Amino acid sequence: MKNRPPGEDVDNIVQLSQAEMASADWSDLLGRLAVKPDKSIYARLFNHFAPRVKAYIVRLGVAISAAEEVTQEVMLSVWRKAHMYHPDKAAASTWIFTLARNQSIDWMRKQKYPQYSLDEWSETACESGQGEQEVLSDRVAQAISQLPEKQAQVIYMSYFEGRSHGDIASRLDIPLGSVKSRIRLATEKLKQIWGGDEYEH
Amino acid sequence: MNINHHLDDATLISYSAGALSQGMALVVASHLSICPQCRERAEHTDAVGGALLESLEPETVADDMLASVLAQLDELPTKQESVPVTPIVMDPEIPAPLREYIHCPLDQLEWKRIVPGVAYYDMPWEGHGVSRLLRIAPGKAMLAHTHNGNELTMVLRGSFSDEVGRFCRGDVADLDDQIEHQPLVDSKADCICLIATDAPLRFTTLFGKLVQPITGF
Repeated sequence: MKNRPPGEDVDNIVQLSQAEMASADWSDLLGRLAVKPDKSIYARLFNHFAPRVKAYIVRLGVAISAAEEVTQEVMLSVWRKAHMYHPDKAAASTWIFTLARNQSIDWMRKQKYPQYSLDEWSETACESGQGEQEVLSDRVAQAISQLPEKQAQVIYMSYFEGRSHGDIASRLDIPLGSVKSRIRLATEKLKQIWGGDEYEH
Repeated sequence: MNINHHLDDATLISYSAGALSQGMALVVASHLSICPQCRERAEHTDAVGGALLESLEPETVADDMLASVLAQLDELPTKQESVPVTPIVMDPEIPAPLREYIHCPLDQLEWKRIVPGVAYYDMPWEGHGVSRLLRIAPGKAMLAHTHNGNELTMVLRGSFSDEVGRFCRGDVADLDDQIEHQPLVDSKADCICLIATDAPLRFTTLFGKLVQPITGF
């Protein structure tokens, strides 16, 4: 580690983080960072999420040459915005996903992706209990892995490649309506995890 | 606010995935900013993104990135950011995400007339479809049309009716090529909508086809 910042024992922080990584509850850790800035906690989150954020943004279309820089920006914003995170509102992975998504799009389009979220989360009532989001998050992952191939495909093309309905339709050579109905079917299955609320359209 | 027409699941997934155009994302974010029901659904579709992020095979990041980031942390402002979220004195008609681009009350915008009773104000970007505010006088109808792609319309003022139903302030009409419609303004005042399409409209009457070039759709 050549660039040791003054007054920081980076090597120690890294070792500690790698030793304890496996069983860590990421949302709980990020929740602790939300309450109090702590570099050792941050380093553990960094080691887990930075390589995944980089994998995600490269798939989404950020140029390889810029991927390190954008990853670094995303991880810096994790520190900067940590006080806005509520563990009972979203899993750490969800919160970091939205940061990575927004910053990648800002970088690719040179336009801010219109957002409703981060700042306004604090205004919504927190109805679910602590830790519940993390359990939910595991179940979401499981449910996605059980989707029929055609439905999983449109979900992956949306989230990992950032493709619009029209773009997916022409790639797969199917009508726009089929793309949307596959996404809706996938959502119906995922909704069962969240209690299957029904809405009018 | 009593909202009767919400976003389609497929649209919310695309929004969370970051797959919507600027214009479409702006309509979605604007509706989410005033609709707690859809906001809860968006938290779920964001959670799909979170689960997928976790599922990815990690990429190698530069060895010195953590050190470099840690060195920068002390210089970063943290909490002071959240202090006074500038109380923007604004027309409450304008949803928060739209305030980034509209800096005056709707009536003071420089509306451009298409035909008598119909005017528009374009959002400051270009794309495959349109992204604009549309202002239509009472009793006026949009030309009958269908879509090659998706069309999202959020009502900011007044109301309109079409083959799908009646749309009032806050409602969103989330339509695609399955639907042919002719929205008719049925409020006493002008109807102002934020609309976005991701492909050109397809006017279904000969007149519509003839005037399409001047409508900007």
